[in-house]
Amino acid sequence: MSAESVFSLRNRWFITAVGITAGLFLLTAVVGLIVLPYAQRDVTFTSIWDAICSAAGVPQVRSSAAPVQPDFKVSTVVVTASMLGQPSQESIGRGATLAQQCAICHGPVGVSRADSPNLAGQYASAIYKQLKDFTSGARVNAIMTPFAVSLSEQDMVDLSAYYAYLPRLPAYHPEQGKPAPRIVVNGAPMRNIAACGSCHGALDNKAGSPWLEGQSAAYIRTQLQAFASGARRNDISQQMRNIARQMTPEEIDEVAQYYASQPPQSRRASSE
Amino acid sequence: MLNSRRLILAHFWLAFGVFGLALLLGAWQMFVRSPLQAWISNPEWYYRSLTAHGTVMGYVFPTLVAMGFGYAISEAALKQALIGRRWAWAGFWLIAVGAVTAMVPVSMGLASVLYTFYPPLIGNPFYYIGVVLVVVGSWIWVALMSINLHVWKRDHPGEPVPLAMFANVAGSYLWAWTAVGAALELLFQIIPVALGLRSTIDAGLARVFFSWTLHAIVYFWLIPTYIAYYTIFPRAIGGKLYSDPMGRLAFILFLVVSMPIGIHHAFADPQVGAGFKFIHSAFTALVALPTLLTIFTICATAEVAARMRGGRGPFGWIKALPWSNPIMLATALSFVMLGFGGAGGLINMSYQLNTTIHNTQWITGHFHLIFGGAIVIMYFAITYDLWPHLTGRALTSVRLMRAQLWLWFIGMIVTTFPWHWVGILGMPRRMAFFDYSSPALAADAMSVTMSAFGGFILVASSILFFAVLIQNRRAPQAEPGEYRFATAIHPPITLPAVLNGHALWIALMVGLTVTNYGFPIMQLLVTPETSVPAVYVGAEK
Ligand code: HEC
Ligand code: HEC
Ligand SMILES: [Cu+2]
Repeated sequence: MSAESVFSLRNRWFITAVGITAGLFLLTAVVGLIVLPYAQRDVTFTSIWDAICSAAGVPQVRSSAAPVQPDFKVSTVVVTASMLGQPSQESIGRGATLAQQCAICHGPVGVSRADSPNLAGQYASAIYKQLKDFTSGARVNAIMTPFAVSLSEQDMVDLSAYYAYLPRLPAYHPEQGKPAPRIVVNGAPMRNIAACGSCHGALDNKAGSPWLEGQSAAYIRTQLQAFASGARRNDISQQMRNIARQMTPEEIDEVAQYYASQPPQSRRASSE
Repeated sequence: MLNSRRLILAHFWLAFGVFGLALLLGAWQMFVRSPLQAWISNPEWYYRSLTAHGTVMGYVFPTLVAMGFGYAISEAALKQALIGRRWAWAGFWLIAVGAVTAMVPVSMGLASVLYTFYPPLIGNPFYYIGVVLVVVGSWIWVALMSINLHVWKRDHPGEPVPLAMFANVAGSYLWAWTAVGAALELLFQIIPVALGLRSTIDAGLARVFFSWTLHAIVYFWLIPTYIAYYTIFPRAIGGKLYSDPMGRLAFILFLVVSMPIGIHHAFADPQVGAGFKFIHSAFTALVALPTLLTIFTICATAEVAARMRGGRGPFGWIKALPWSNPIMLATALSFVMLGFGGAGGLINMSYQLNTTIHNTQWITGHFHLIFGGAIVIMYFAITYDLWPHLTGRALTSVRLMRAQLWLWFIGMIVTTFPWHWVGILGMPRRMAFFDYSSPALAADAMSVTMSAFGGFILVASSILFFAVLIQNRRAPQAEPGEYRFATAIHPPITLPAVLNGHALWIALMVGLTVTNYGFPIMQLLVTPETSVPAVYVGAEK
């Protein structure tokens, strides 16, 4: 009963088993790769080879027309969770110097008193992405854009490193103890809104989603309204626009108040 | 001849210990997303629990049962002391350590990615490393089964390998090859990203690799159950196996065709061509064959035994079966669940019908009915059958055992039938929260509540199961005699080499993997820009 006699053309079992298996594969392959593609009425193939490639899943461009280009700038920044992870001291130092031009609006330690967004302790990747978008024109703001356009790539990296390095200071007017709105912890499944906390921290943080606690209510409200109206459209794959469009004005107000009132230390929202 | 009793007992105790815990998590999950409970407000807890439940039930529990049972088979069927017992212990400890390593980050909420991994979701590296350790531990078992059979064959040239061992080794080879898909995904794709060496991942390719594992792993879970059908059931009802070669054929077919069909889990995935989906769908239809063969052979076995006991008439013989015997009962209940689950499976495997139930609760219902129901109930039966031989004490309460099996059956039907139903209504799976106050979901509330009660019945059944095992510890010592497997009506005297070895079938299994998976994998490997940024879960980054 050695293996040799099994793998032999004189072994009927071997011939039969291999024959049936190969036959079945060929049959299913012919049906799946040739017969079924041609059975689709709405597709025309240039050749049988074309049909096989299509059914095998080779990427193909079916239309010769150029893809429709949007009439506005789209964000082209690729955000990954580990980007700008370990900044050098030198980079942080350079960022601190550069940040002096930003201090009038974003505050000397990255905490603003003028409803400009707080930057202290913000994720480096989030700051970097926004600066890139301001520079490219994917995000537009009459006050902020002029300050971003002159920044070099290295400037943006350094500024992001510096602000991310700053401690998250208490917000200007914290008013604690409010229960988290349902939309923050649960989202609204029937409207396809995932819990805000599942991207923005508290439940979980997903790369590219900025940290919101302690941001001024006016700023959060404006941003959500801008996402909803399409005035701001630099969010990749419409992550925020799809959400903001589905939110009611009351909900926007509620989350703005809630996030504004949250102490910056709070990383995990309580479930109540 | 069972020499390695402590080894086998350790496998079973650890298996059922973790099973009990994971079952509680499962029942809790059924409860919190049912209308019985106001929403817990934190989906993360739900996914944490779901990850733990799936990882334990999918990787740790059945692997330990297959291994423990496999060692018992090797000793009892070959009548040969287990070779490599130290290695077997090493494998056991690898699994124990791996399970703990995986569960620590999961319970800390650092790896709530579900047991199917779902990249680009990426959790804590220790979760994946733990899973790898579990798989490595089980590969030691694969090697030992192969070695033990090899040594026996060398000492018994020309003799037919006992069916139980033939099937056991077929199962171990199936597992060895099937685990390769997930191993490739973990080692080359997920773990480097989890360790921070890379920040993007080809999620489509990862899903294809996982499908390589995901279908056939079910057959790895199933093999101990089928071994019990063929080699425990006939003896337990006082009969003989109707056909030994038919059994071999069934296990051979599992080995060859349960692997190259996994893409039926990815019918909705855009990265695989429709032609390959069709090929996998067609091959999936073939896995019905070994099951149909088995149902035929086992029913014939039962009928012969019943007629020997005086059963008469076209169906009257069914009454003559020893229904008070727990193994008889478990096998019958298992068949019923297998029948319903198999019928549902026909819908999953069909490329067209699949679209109606894809990613709905139907799927969850389906695999709980097959795995949790038909398969696990036979794990209980195997345990009851083997236990007196392992502990040297009799199992005293047959009524308790029957009550446990009935409860498991009823619980599983009550859990999974409504699950199938809401799936048809379109209720998605893997959701932590349902708003039953919405008119669109209100119709599901009743069914989901029933299903949750099914979960509680299952917990009750598991309590009885542990009660049976604990009672056994207090029972008086009793010499159970030699542990033996069923013999066939016509025991094989000589067998063609192909029915007495696995080489040809392994070659066909690998061959079909190459034909059915080779192109989809190669094509994804060479297509540029197929990777997406990883989405890290848990830790704030
Ligand atoms: C004259 C005031 C002003 C100055 C100076 C200024 N900014 Fe801004 N910045 C703003 C305002 C206002 C916004 C909010 C824009 C909006 O509403 O879309 C903003 C937004 C931002 C954002 C986006 C924050 C977020 O969470 O999305 C970043 C990052 C930023 N500024 C960085 C800088 C940096 C770096 C500098 C210095 C080089 C700077 N800003 C200088 C006013 C200013
Ligand atoms: C799927 C993940 C996700 C969810 C869920 C989500 N966000 Fe966002 N959010 C983002 C991302 C990513 C950005 C950054 C967009 C960009 O790149 O400009 C963002 C940006 C924002 C901003 C602008 C912040 C700034 O400093 O510019 C606000 C405000 C905001 N989200 C509020 C919310 C609220 C409120 C909810 C819940 C109703 C929510 N988000 C849910 C991903 C998410
Ligand atoms: Cu499957």
